Parts: sequence; structure tokens; C-alpha cells
Amino acid sequence: MSIDYSVYLAKERLPHLWCPGCGHGIILKNMLISMAEMEIPREKALLACGIGCSGRAGDYVNIHRFQGTHGRTLAYVTGIKMAHPELKIFCFMGDGDCSAIGIGHLIHAARRNVDVTAIVPNNLNYGMTGGQFSPLTPGESLTSTSRSGKAEPDMDLCRLAAEAGANYVARTTIYHVVEMKKRFIEATNNKGFSLVEVITPCPTYYGRYNQLGNAHKMIEWIKDKTVPLHKYEEMSVKNQEQHFWRGKLVEKHKPDLYTRYWQHERGMDHRA
Amino acid sequence: MMNKDNSIKFLQGNEACALGGITAGARFFAGYPISPASEIAELSSLLLPQRGGIYLQMEDEIASIAAVIGASLGGMKAFTATSGPGLSLMQENIGFAVMAEAPCVIINVQRFGPSTGVATRPGQADVMTTRWGTHGDHGIIVLAPTSVQECYDLTIEAFNLAESLRTPVILLTDATLAHLREKIVTRTDKELSIISRQKPDQVTEDYQPYRPGPDGVPVLPDFGDQNILRVTGLIHDHDGYSTPKPQTAGDLVHRLQQKIEGATSLMPAPRYFGSNDPEILIISFGISARSAREAVNRANDQGIKARLMQLPTIWPFPEEAVRYACYGASAVLVAEMNSGQICREVRACGIQREKVVGVNRADTAVITPGEILKAIKKTWFRWGFHPI
Ligand SMILES: Cc1ncc(C[n+]2csc(CCOP(=O)(O)OP(=O)(O)O)c2C)c(N)n1
Ligand code: SF4
Repeated sequence: MSIDYSVYLAKERLPHLWCPGCGHGIILKNMLISMAEMEIPREKALLACGIGCSGRAGDYVNIHRFQGTHGRTLAYVTGIKMAHPELKIFCFMGDGDCSAIGIGHLIHAARRNVDVTAIVPNNLNYGMTGGQFSPLTPGESLTSTSRSGKAEPDMDLCRLAAEAGANYVARTTIYHVVEMKKRFIEATNNKGFSLVEVITPCPTYYGRYNQLGNAHKMIEWIKDKTVPLHKYEEMSVKNQEQHFWRGKLVEKHKPDLYTRYWQHERGMDHRA
Repeated sequence: MMNKDNSIKFLQGNEACALGGITAGARFFAGYPISPASEIAELSSLLLPQRGGIYLQMEDEIASIAAVIGASLGGMKAFTATSGPGLSLMQENIGFAVMAEAPCVIINVQRFGPSTGVATRPGQADVMTTRWGTHGDHGIIVLAPTSVQECYDLTIEAFNLAESLRTPVILLTDATLAHLREKIVTRTDKELSIISRQKPDQVTEDYQPYRPGPDGVPVLPDFGDQNILRVTGLIHDHDGYSTPKPQTAGDLVHRLQQKIEGATSLMPAPRYFGSNDPEILIISFGISARSAREAVNRANDQGIKARLMQLPTIWPFPEEAVRYACYGASAVLVAEMNSGQICREVRACGIQREKVVGVNRADTAVITPGEILKAIKKTWFRWGFHPI
């Protein structure tokens, strides 16, 4: 039997500051449940957060918790992981945090294959700062800085991470909660860099600007917009632009940074 | 007979910094190549793995200091080395290290700036950048060596201060010192007093990582310890949870400054050379202080009562010592390779404005003993002392 996930939760810190209908809490809960299923001891787990609404997740857990500066989470955890290879590190980074200011560190953490699980709650905009567009905001979306539609194209963070060398990459949505948990577990059990992007609602900004209705309606909207990866690949480019894919993009087993470092330097781990 | 004593070495300033760091117990270095600091990374990449340590070459200086902070919070003594452009990039995370109380050492090998400037030539214009480069009120420790021996000694000192006060410490050297070769005496960690951060002595369910000790320094567990560590750059309570409470914010920021300002007795004290009852006091630091020392020697030989006050600790600025040293002197010269950054600070100590004169050089060349001597003589005659 697995542990009760609430052992990881700082219950006295609740209620949380997220808006009603925000997806961040659901993703955090799923992360904690998957940790419980993997029976990770409380003191061997670290939640490393970026800056943003999603970054506040660290305030509601009582496992080791780290929150650095905006966008730099993966650089910090590269140091933490090399100092402490036995820690299970979960990173929680918003789409702005990870795909704009932090994109360089994502590419290099994936290339180095740092053994961490990166979770990206993608709410399609910058929540904390008032709903501006991020690199992952779909083209033409209305946001507080694109009142007549976002002129720039968006990008596929998952494909970028895969190309950069990540061992495991998947995307799912807030609607697919069972799948989300499964992905988190697969990602964590795969040693090396893993990324799971979760499409999630920000009803307060993205939903309001784009008239997507309340949180419930937004979740439906996300569900309707999302197709399995193989179906997506059969779509026309024009049709693809209107959809998100979900599924597993990569599952490899290359050695992680720590292993490679010591194999290379000494042929063995002298710290063991 | 050949000298078999391998504690005596012939090293570059940069090599002495790397060796000093490793002797102080550093087992983690993350950096990004930059002249004139690269040799520190190069030697670290060679020596650290042999000692069970980690060398990482990161994608930029922001990532370098971030990885250093991460390793430090994971329990390792960690350092990085850079120069002006890299230091500018590190500033946000240096403030984070202050806030998170992550001990680490940043070696800033000054080159001529601003911007790319002249990458291979020295300057001393990062004095204020090291003090005020990151935003928000904060305390910071900055040490400045004048010789290769001091590069070694002060790097060890920098680690001791970082560990005992749980704070980032900056070592301020320059392009000339970095590549200067001199004989130095090294020591083993057994021969030195090496300080390591305190660790919690018991495991409790509700351990408060940020509860300050009597010296204002909290005893943090490492990530991965039984005691849980919570770190954030947001204003936080003793548990490490964020809070915007004005009382907590005020107390925390006050403590972060006070733990540094209140610990100046731990920091290397000014060193004095030359006349004991000087008419002219020269204040200097780093490579400039070497020229100043020679200038003072020559001035003394010529019967001019001059004295050098060399500042190995430039931040916190040794206000009291400076005030005391300036007290008896008729004139104070501040010799530095910038447009007057330390000079401004000397004046801010309340020293009469007209009594303080800058001797500056800011053109990529090292200030010479001759230039400083000329300034000493000019002052000596202006103030009406006996011509030689
Ligand atoms: C260096 C820096 N630039 C800008 C900010 C302001 N800022 C805070 S949160 C945030 C973006 C948050 O958006 P996202 O990462 O998508 O997370 P969300 O709030 O949507 O969960 C920004 C730009 C900052 N804290 N630091
Ligand atoms: S602004 Fe958006 S992302 Fe932030 S808490 Fe509210 S719903 Fe969530």
C-alpha cells in the first residue's frame, strides 16, 4: 500500500492563494499522489519551484522546498542534484518561467540529462503578473499585452526538450488526471531529465480575455482542443495550429549527468 | 640541496585562488569562461574530480551562480569565478544567496570596463558593483588581495566568512594579480583553521531552518537531511514559508544586514606600512596598494612622513579604522584604479572633504609607485611641509 499523500502537505498553510478554478492545485495534488505511490520518503523529496502563481506551490508542502529566481530553477537543481544525487527532485515551472526567461536552462538541463522531473503547468499565459502572453500562448490569443491577438507564433516546448536530449517527454492536460499521475510516475522512474507539460486553465486571465467561460468550461475547452499525439501527426498544419497534442513523445534511457560525470572522471563514484 | 618543501609554490594569482578554495574545503565549482578569470575554472576542473568534487561548466554566469547556490544548499562548499560582464549577470542571484543564506564564494577578477571594455587589462572599478549591484538593502562581504599569497589566504578567509555567516562573499582581484607569478607558501587544511557551517544537532518534526542563532545566523539543514529545509527568495518566516508581513519583512532584512555589519571583527583588518605618525595617509587596496606601498617606502626614504593603510576588507567598509587612521593625518590620498569609488567612501566616513585627495588611474594600466609618489610630494609641498 502506498503512503497517504497528505503527509507531504503543509495543511496548516491552507487555504492556498490560487484563484477558484485555477489548475495549479490539481497538478500539485497529482504530483504529491504520485510521490506517495512511489513511496518517496518525505526527506528525500525536493520541490523546486519557479516564480509565478505556480511557484507558490512550495508554500503548501512540507517536503524539502526550494524557490530561487524567475526562470533559473533548472540551473539551481543542476547544482543540488550533483551535490545530492539521491534526492528526488521535482521542478514546478510556469510556461513563462520555463519557456521564456528560463528556456536556456531547460535546453541545457535536457542536454546534460540532469536527473530531475520537470513539471510545466502551462496555463497559456503569465498568471502572476496579470495575464500577459508567453512564448507558449497560442498565436492570435487575446491577452493583456495582445489586445488584438498575439502576433507572434507559439512554440512546442516538448519537442524542444526532446531535441535537446531529454530522456522522457510527455504532455497531458488537467482533464486527463489519471494519465497525468501516470506520466509523473513514468517521468520520475526514468532516470535522467524528464519533462511533463500539463495544459491547465487560468480562468482569471486567459479564460476571461478569450471568453472561454468559467473554470469548468475552460477544462472542457482544453479537452476539446486536445488530441492524442498520433492523431495530431496526421492532421494538416492548419488544423494542428488549432490543437494541442497529448501523449508520450520520448522515452529513452541514456545515462544521467551524475553517472556520466563520475564514469568519465574516475570510472567510479569516489563519493560513494 | 634541493628544497623538498612542497608547501612553497610558484603560482599565478588565479591558480592561488583555485588552490585556496580547494584547501578551504570547496568541492564544487561552476563557471563560464571569461578573461581574465578562466584559469580558476581550468585548475578547478583538473583538481576537483581528484578530490571527489564537481566541476560544472554552465551555459552562462546566471546558471553558474545558481548551480553554486544549489550545491551549497545541498551541503557542499562551492565557488565560482568571473569578471565584470559575468558579475553583472550574477547580480540577481547574488541577492538571492543573501536572502537564502547560502554560503558561497564569488571570485571577481576585475578587468577594464564598462561593458566588454578591455578584456585582458586590469581595473578596479567594480567596487560599487560588488556592494550595490544586486537590488534591495543587504549586507555583503568583499575582500581584496594585493599579492598572490593574499589571493590564496583571502580565498580561504572568504570561505571561512561565508560559512560562519552563511552569506555570499566576493573576492575582488584584477587582471594583473590574476596572471602575476609569485612565490607563495601554501598550507594544508590541518595547519589552517578551516570553518564549516553549523549543522542542526537534533532532528525535529518542525525544525525551523531560518530561526536565527545568537549571532543572527540560522542553522540550516542541507537538502536531503532528516530536518526539512525550505528556501525561498520571498520574505519568509523562521519555518522558511513565505509571508508578506511587514514585521517579518523588516526583521529579516534588518538581520541580514546586521549579521554582516556586526561581525566585522571576524574580517581581515587593515594593514599599515610606513611612518607611524604620518602627515600623509594613503588608503589603497588590491593591486594599487602594492604600488602605494612602494611609493610610501620611497617617500619615507626622502623624509616624507607617509603611511599606507591597505584595506583587505573593503565591504563592509572599515569606517571606524579609516576615521581613526585619518584623524592625525593632514592629508589623505586614496590610490585606486577607477574614478574614485573608495575615495567617495572615505569622504562618507565624515573626513573633511578638502583633506581627501584621489590618486586615480583609469586607462587599463596599473597605477605606478612613481605616480603615487608624485601625488604624495605634491600634497607634501602644498601643505607647506619642509621641502627635501
Ligand atoms: C527577473 C524577473 N522578471 C520578471 C519577474 C516578474 N514575474 C513574476 S511571475 C512572472 C511570470 C509568471 O508566469 P508563469 O511562469 O507562466 O507562471 P504562472 O504565474 O502563470 O503560474 C513574471 C514575469 C520576476 N519575478 N523576475
Ligand atoms: S491568476 Fe491564473 S494562474 Fe494565477 S492563481 Fe489565478 S487562475 Fe491561477
